[in-house]
Amino acid sequence: MDASEPGKATAAEPGAHLASTTTTTTTLSRGPAAGRSRLLFGHTPLRRAAPPSPAPQENADPQKIAFLLRKQWALYSVTPLYKFSYANMKQYSRHLSAFVAAEKQKGLAVEVGIDLGIKVIFSTLLGLKGTDRDQAAILVQIASKTQTTSGKEEEKVVWSGWFCCVFGDDLLENVPEDFTCLPLFLANGAETYTAIIGTWFQKTFDCCFSRLTISPLNLAWMAAMWTGYKVDSHAVATELIFSVPCIPQGLDISYAIHPEDAQALWGTVQNTQGEVTQEEVDLFMDCLYSHFHRHFKIHLSATRLVKVSTSIASVHSDGNLKILQSKYLIGVLMLLTELAILQIQ
Amino acid sequence: MSVVRPFDKLPVLNSAAILLVGTDEDLQQQLAQTILKEKKDFKISIHLATSLPLPAERDHIRPRIDLIVFMINVQSKYSFKNIEASLAHVDANFFLGKVCFLVTGVGRVNRCSVEMSAVRKLGEVYCSPLIFCELELEGIRISTAQRLLRMLQICAGHVPGVSALFFSSLMRSSNDE
Repeated sequence: MDASEPGKATAAEPGAHLASTTTTTTTLSRGPAAGRSRLLFGHTPLRRAAPPSPAPQENADPQKIAFLLRKQWALYSVTPLYKFSYANMKQYSRHLSAFVAAEKQKGLAVEVGIDLGIKVIFSTLLGLKGTDRDQAAILVQIASKTQTTSGKEEEKVVWSGWFCCVFGDDLLENVPEDFTCLPLFLANGAETYTAIIGTWFQKTFDCCFSRLTISPLNLAWMAAMWTGYKVDSHAVATELIFSVPCIPQGLDISYAIHPEDAQALWGTVQNTQGEVTQEEVDLFMDCLYSHFHRHFKIHLSATRLVKVSTSIASVHSDGNLKILQSKYLIGVLMLLTELAILQIQ
Repeated sequence: MSVVRPFDKLPVLNSAAILLVGTDEDLQQQLAQTILKEKKDFKISIHLATSLPLPAERDHIRPRIDLIVFMINVQSKYSFKNIEASLAHVDANFFLGKVCFLVTGVGRVNRCSVEMSAVRKLGEVYCSPLIFCELELEGIRISTAQRLLRMLQICAGHVPGVSALFFSSLMRSSNDE
């Protein structure tokens, strides 16, 4: 499905939209004929494009990317930011530092002029784009100054959060100018800081944050797709955690699969090149469930999948993510961006 | 293996029988209680089953089944697979309006384990209406019970001039263009 570029004189086909002659405006909304139909309640796409093979991203800073790994991130979906400008990041840093300091001081009687030692740093994260149309990722960090034993002042990062958009074509098509689309937000650190930062962004850029929860269907997709990634170094067992309903004290079943077995199973199931279909994911999960049933006589399909851990990443249905490998970061973010976009639509 | 047939028994005067098939026994019980509490002017017997086929031993004392309601819980893929397997034991004549699918658990979007497209396809393939509800909420349970009671009345032939075949109008959804 291609969109006619504004400014190009095209012969109008019956039913197609006439190209707008101005080059700066983009269409605000499209009729039901064009554009992907809005997904209804509970719908997941029947097929997803297979994630791209990891190509070295231009300008990626390996140190900054390494900083994103092995940390517990809370996932949020963010509506597009209004009038956000990459050029004003220093200004935003100053405003946000003042805001955080003011929020922290609320309710305390403090002398004016004391430097609380909290600084907010805005920076861009390069190398986290899917296509060129995606906006560059932004990293926000709160650093506080602490006195070390040797008397020197040291800055320690107490909270980090980053916005990103990877293959967000669904959203970028329908968005007018002045909006920056970064639908996925990941936060690590104290919940109070997350709330303060969220309030500031909501007031300044008229956006809306909401926690990104992941349904068992999408978790099954992640388990299947991430098992398919080949990992060179030491691979961790694929672990699935299920919560059993209707039991008052709560029972969790943990099912660990040897990584090579899981990959072999996915290899036999997945045969369409370049895309993954719902049937393949269902077949993969059904094989795992029937194997478990044969041994333990428990129907895992009657329980609810809550957590998936593979050697690439581990994710919980409450919206907690931990990335373990940088090689397939784009694939992981692509799927999460899609879920974030579905949530805000 | 006994197949449930719609017309192999004689009807009883002023009464109707409904069969609820589903794996969630608690919800079935709750729905059955709610149906019984509703005001009605005919005798009703509610049969509960976790799956078909029904045991053949008690077949001779079972009345004629007027409406079969298959309960699918979207939070459990097991219930969906169970219903799919049970559908094979239903005579084809039942699918002329005497079967309906009750899709429960739709209140929590984040706990969906069954794809909506598969559920809709099931409704289309078997030409039967889908009713979405959340049986854990009292109000919705009562309104669902009222709906099912009305459908049962029509399927048992208690409403003159309206037959079960008219339920095909319930299947056209607003998404179809």
